Formats: sequence, structure tokens, C-alpha cells
Amino acid sequence: MAALHFHNVTLGYDRHPAVHHLNGEVAAGALIAVIGPNGAGKSTLLRGIVGILKPLDGSIHLGGLDSRDIAYLPQSAEIDRSFPISVFDFVGTGLWRGTGLFGGIGKAAREKILRAIASIGLNGFENRPIGTLSGGQMQRVLFARVLLQDARLIVLDEPFNAIDSKTTTDLLALVKRWHGEGRTVLAALHDMEMVRTHFSETLVLARGPVAWGPTAEVLTPENLLVAMRMCEAFDDSAAACAADDASSRAA
Amino acid sequence: MVYDALIGPFTEFEFMRRALAAVIALSLAGAPIGVFLMLRRMSLVGDAMAHAILPGAAVGFLLSGLNLFAMTAGGLLAGFAVAILAGVVARSTGLKEDASLATFYLASLALGVAIVSIKGTNIDLLHVLFGNILAMDDQTLLVVAFNATVTLLVLAVIYRPLVIESVDPLFLRTVSRAGGPAHLAFLALVVINLVNGFQALGTLLAVGLMILPAGIARFWSRDLTVMICIAVVAAAVSGYAGLVLSFQTRVPSGPAIILVATVFYIVSVLFGRVGGIVRQLFPGRHLEA
Repeated sequence: MAALHFHNVTLGYDRHPAVHHLNGEVAAGALIAVIGPNGAGKSTLLRGIVGILKPLDGSIHLGGLDSRDIAYLPQSAEIDRSFPISVFDFVGTGLWRGTGLFGGIGKAAREKILRAIASIGLNGFENRPIGTLSGGQMQRVLFARVLLQDARLIVLDEPFNAIDSKTTTDLLALVKRWHGEGRTVLAALHDMEMVRTHFSETLVLARGPVAWGPTAEVLTPENLLVAMRMCEAFDDSAAACAADDASSRAA
Repeated sequence: MVYDALIGPFTEFEFMRRALAAVIALSLAGAPIGVFLMLRRMSLVGDAMAHAILPGAAVGFLLSGLNLFAMTAGGLLAGFAVAILAGVVARSTGLKEDASLATFYLASLALGVAIVSIKGTNIDLLHVLFGNILAMDDQTLLVVAFNATVTLLVLAVIYRPLVIESVDPLFLRTVSRAGGPAHLAFLALVVINLVNGFQALGTLLAVGLMILPAGIARFWSRDLTVMICIAVVAAAVSGYAGLVLSFQTRVPSGPAIILVATVFYIVSVLFGRVGGIVRQLFPGRHLEA
């Protein structure tokens, strides 16, 4: 059974495609790396999957999943760390699905939050404001929130950027644990060695799909070269997409 | 003598008691709104909104003179119109909300001053621009108290999405659609409290009792709840001290309140526990861990 279906999906900004004509399925329980150079559309694709960005064309179907069955770990630059919120409260937002607007944080919920914080090795940090954490510690906090969300589809945007090897190892173990529990995990990554070693399936993006399949078959020098040659800039004078015209005529 | 100076005006004069009650209501509701305005980097948006309510109040003035009900209703309508228009333009075009508001509030301010000038005198214009908390009657005080109550109730409802949207808006968008409505409700609360402040402090200073206490609180705590409590106390104490200052020196009440709050702000900038200048210059010996 598929967790995600992409039907000729185009995602982008101001009519310019950042991800162009993506088709395919993500099987439930898959562990997929999304790789590509900067500007390849990795984050855009992940934002489309979690519903933050609407497709310019085509559609993304969540195979029977409610949007609340998705946990999203954004790049930490998206978070306002100057906001006065403690680690405990920040991680606790992961319980939104249960608490909503008014639900209280009872004893059981408090214990869940404390367990999540402990499981990513930040015992004793509960009352620290998130603004005082290092980059690696903040990344652990984000993982703790994903842990609490208990989601069937987990979407991670560059989760191991700028963190030390110990933290990377710990967090990677968590990702593999989620995969082992049958959850579907998509992660935008840059570390090719990590992808080769730990991710069974890979999507190579370069503003459009270059290759998608088993990592050993997809991660070839030829595919990586195609991705590297991707044109990063939007063309303001570009014509309307001919492929879109063709597909609408066919429809 | 101390009693005469600090307590006497309030036991002796009813208008001072009403002004004190108004300033406490304004503090209870406006200071928490100010904290969120500051944390959401919207301090100047609050200022812009304060100008935006002027044409509505001016139309109320044009229709029924210095009638506070008419001016309040007009101010609310104009404020909501500008807030919603600016919010819609910002969310549908990608223009930043402050830039969107700037265009609307400048037009509003120009329109408001033009309308007041058509019918009123310079004194009327001064009243609209700087308010007069000492002229507040019972009915206006009830309006201020009602607005403050509504503010606290609505803030309680939107508190959680407002906090999450402030710190991690993308996360909120993935788990809930509450972010947009919470933001619009928050803008509505900003308008309501500006209209409230407008009665007491006038258009130009209305935002002062919201933003200055928030700025003060930022220098004393890193905890949101504590910051809100400090901001409320700072606003109420500034209001009380400003009224006493105004009574004793004949400085107009609005500027007196804001000047006292400014003194507290300067003290906080210098001696605040969180990022105060003295604390940074003399941090004390470093800790073991």
C-alpha cells in the first residue's frame, strides 16, 4: 500500500517550478532519501507533501492519511529561537493532535514529554529557553517533538545539517527506529555516504526527478552529474510549460 | 503629606478614581497584547494600527461631535477595515504585513486629520491625537472594561496557536489551520485595545501602554508567562504614577503616563536581569557549569 502518490506534481513559487512533473509512489513503511544540489527543490517537495505549499499543477495524495498523521521537521532556520519558550513547552507542542486548542497537559502527557526529552539525551534541559541551546541540541529538541507526534509519515528537512557526528549517530538511530516501527520516513539529505549506508531508496532531484529507486541503482555518477548540471535560476521570460499544455489537452 | 500626594487625589476626586480604574483595565488587557506584538516583531505594526483608527474616530466626531461612543465605534470600524485589508493583501500577495499596513495607515492618518480639520478646532484635534483619561465618564469606563474583558477571553482562546505561530509557524500549519484565524483574531484584539487606549491616551500614544511595558518585561524574564505578568504590573504602575504626576504638575495625563513608563523602560535597559547594559558590563564571575 502506498503512503504517498505524486501525480504529475509541479511545485514552485510565482509560477516558476521548483519541482517539475514528479510522478511516483512512496510505499508505506519506506525509508527514502531525497537528494540534490542546493535549489534542487528538496525542501519545496517536502513542503508540498506536508501541505504547506499547494502544487502549481498535478496533485499529491496521502494514501488514506490525515494531515495530522504527518510529522514535519523543518530546517531550524525557520524557527524563531528568540521567542521565550522552554524546551518542555516546545516539545509539548508535538501533542497538538491530542490537546488541540484547549486540551490540558495532564500528568500522563507531562510524563510523555519528559520521556521524549530524555530519549534524545537532553535530561535536565526541560526548563531551558530554546534560545540558549546549541544547534545540535535544538536539532535533538526537534526530533523529540516529532517523537511525540507519533505520526505514520515523517518528513525531515535536512535533519543532520551542522551537527556533530555523535548527535548525527544518535538521531540517525532514531530515524531507523521509526523505519523499524513501520513508519514512512522521507529525509532531504546532503551526505551521500549516509544515504548509501542507511537509506534503501533514493530520489535524486534537480528541479525535476532525475532518478528514483533503490539507492544502489540510483546513486550513480551519471545521475549525480545530471543533478549537478541543473540550472538553479528561475527564468523570468520563460514561456508557459508545453508539457502542461499537452497533459491538459490529453485530459 | 505622602498620603495627600499619592492617595489623596483618588479618594478626593471621582474623575481620578475613574481614570485609575481605566488605566488598570487598559493594563490588564493591553500589556499582554503588547508582549505578543513585540515577540512577533510587530511593535511598529501596532503603532501603524493606532494611526489607522483615526479616520473612523474622526467620522464619529464629524457626525456627533466629541461623543466617545460614536468615536469608539468609528475607530473600531476603521481599525478592523485596515487590519483585515492589510492582512488579506499581505497573505494573498506575499507583501510583508508591515509594508502592507504602512500604505494603509498613512492614508488613514491623512484622511483622519483632514476630516477633523473640516469641522473641529485645534483643541478637538489635540483631544483626538492625545486623548484625555481625566474626562472619562462612567459609560466610557464601562466600554473600556468590557473591551478589556473581551480581550482577555479571546486571548485565552487563541493563546496556544498564537504562541506556536510565533515560534514555529510552519509547524502550526502542518498540524492545524488555527494559525490564520488566530492571527486575524490577534489583529482584532490589537484594534480593540488601541481604541481603548485611544480614549485615554489619544491616537498617537495609545500603543505606548502596550509596547513600553512589553519592552520593560523583556529585560527581566525569559519566561513568557512571567513576561506578561511583569508587563501588566509595569503598565498599571506607570498608569498610576502617571496620573499622580499629571495631577500634581498639570502635565497632560496621557504624556505623563507614557513618560513614567519610559523612565521604567530606561531603568530596565540599564539594570535589567536579561540583557541589561550594567549586567553585560559587570556580569560577575563565571560559573562552574
